[in-house]
Amino acid sequence: MARASAKASAQPYPPGEYPIVVVGSGPGALQTSYFLGRLGIQHAVISADAGPGGMFRKWPFFQRLLSWTKPYAPAERTSREFERWDWNSLLALEPELRGIATEHMDGTSDFPSRPEMQANLEAFADRAQVAVRFGCRWESTRREETPDGDRFVVVTSDGEYRCRFPIFAVGVADPYSPATPGIELAVHYADTRDAPSYAGKRLFIIGKQNSGFELATGLLQWASRISLSSPSPAKTSIETRSLVGVRARYVQPFEDSILGGGVDILSASTKGITKTEAGAFEVQLERSDNAMPMTVDADEVIAATGFICPLRDLPALGVATFGQSKLPAQTEFWESASVPGIFFAGTITQGSAGLKKHGIPSNSGALHGYRYNARVLVRELAQRHFGIALEQPPLDIGDLRDHLLAEATRAPELWHQKAYLASVVSIDPDQGVRDVGILPLTHFLDHGGPDAVAMTVESDGASIFPVVYVRRHGKTEEHTLEPDPLHDFEGLPYRRALGQILDRLTAGASSSAA
Amino acid sequence: MATRDEIADAIAGMAIFVDLARPQLMGVASRFEEAFFPQDARVLRQGLTGSGFYVILDGEADVVADGQKLATLARGDFFGEVSVLLGEPPTADIVATRPLRCIVLGGPAVESFLVDHPRVMFRMLQASARRLRNANRRLTANQ
Repeated sequence: MARASAKASAQPYPPGEYPIVVVGSGPGALQTSYFLGRLGIQHAVISADAGPGGMFRKWPFFQRLLSWTKPYAPAERTSREFERWDWNSLLALEPELRGIATEHMDGTSDFPSRPEMQANLEAFADRAQVAVRFGCRWESTRREETPDGDRFVVVTSDGEYRCRFPIFAVGVADPYSPATPGIELAVHYADTRDAPSYAGKRLFIIGKQNSGFELATGLLQWASRISLSSPSPAKTSIETRSLVGVRARYVQPFEDSILGGGVDILSASTKGITKTEAGAFEVQLERSDNAMPMTVDADEVIAATGFICPLRDLPALGVATFGQSKLPAQTEFWESASVPGIFFAGTITQGSAGLKKHGIPSNSGALHGYRYNARVLVRELAQRHFGIALEQPPLDIGDLRDHLLAEATRAPELWHQKAYLASVVSIDPDQGVRDVGILPLTHFLDHGGPDAVAMTVESDGASIFPVVYVRRHGKTEEHTLEPDPLHDFEGLPYRRALGQILDRLTAGASSSAA
Repeated sequence: MATRDEIADAIAGMAIFVDLARPQLMGVASRFEEAFFPQDARVLRQGLTGSGFYVILDGEADVVADGQKLATLARGDFFGEVSVLLGEPPTADIVATRPLRCIVLGGPAVESFLVDHPRVMFRMLQASARRLRNANRRLTANQ
């Protein structure tokens, strides 16, 4: 008891009632807590971990990230534009808290190492004074009716937290393995050993996503032979022109495979794994092209088969999930689609898929996407549930066109969350022209409102271009602008094209936008 | 719902995939993604570019053009293929009338998928022929 009391006094956020409880201490939780704090919304942050950083405290296994930060990008490090080139810093209102990732990179790569990323996140939590109650494990959840409305009870190792809105930012971090016969003979990616222990081994990797190719790349110099297999052909991010697919960092195994250098990239289903008398393994496969069986002998089998959301008992509470990662189905503001009041932050927000235009997903699974989701979520909570009126700065009607083109050219939210987040300006006869800010595109399209225009940046897999959505008298029209080889959408052709689009919309509001 | 095995099980009896053997069904399950839409959510939007091809696993959706309900879709039905094949925006909204689970393939991936799976292409063509025949019958009946 004495120890528990000492812990309670040293730690922030003792069990009790809070308007909001954030669960997690990875970048999604830190970002959410930061913006809640800056809007003065009382909340608690709890985490089972010993310090901030979430998955970056242990992964990626080979210790270097897939997301870049370019310290000498063509924008001031403390500017909003710089965020387009810096995928790894959390967002902040204060200039001195921006671009922190650049302070922790040793100059050897534009992809920070895992320890550099951890230091970046620890520095943010420390300097932005984002407090977390560490060592406090979320154990279960229930809903209670009270005279003041429903409350969620987050039961933890330290006691019970009651809140109107829990926000779960717990990552997609529970190892997942398929129910393949003999899968228990494989080691999951999460339990991969040190590289030298694979010296001279024949390695079979189940899965051809980035985690599989990360291991294959890191073990090229150690393993005697590496086979990777999954039913579908592997595609690179260069082929998909998105973050879907194997990232360019991990293409070396492809070349080794093509040149016959000891890597086999197979399209086949794994039907079973058995142990041989010699203590090795036989992996039974079924080829995707002709359904014929084949076997591969291996000394080690690693299941790089992904992760699922550690949602604990939330599905029993009614939270609908989908997909192999068991992501919670979410609204456009990252609220559970089946249990109102439960929200999500961080990489889980990829469960709110948006439009996926041209098959290209959002970047909500990565920090440079979900940091913006967190800001939009907190602003929505503030307005919808806490009576906080957020400023919508007035815009001169004559500046509307140039404002929108500047957003298309430089707004990091639009570049990182293509066809997902939009920069919105409302044109209301009573309120005038107002910069509404960044909103989910689906919200703009599906929830009506006054006349308005939304600007997005989109990709069709071949090029990147701005798209303008104009809402007039309740009907929305889409206008696609041409791509530009240098991604500069502020030149005369764009001013002319957008001017013509806006003319009809702004005719009633003032003389002309053009 | 979630794993590829489960999705392969779910689509095994569907008319569009009826000719596929288990390994091919597993291939479909790994090429498509699962998507969930709450009741009243719009899945496709009339007039918007960049849509995909959807097959319903569970739930119901209405086809709504210019505010007019044209049809109701349910498990095994598919939509979005006309827009993808013609490279034009959808001519109707698809709105979930109950929680809706689908598998979806992004527009740019549809051509290569159909070329790789000619029996699926045949079944899709058959379904399109039926829709065309029914539309012609309605037209004739209204004349």
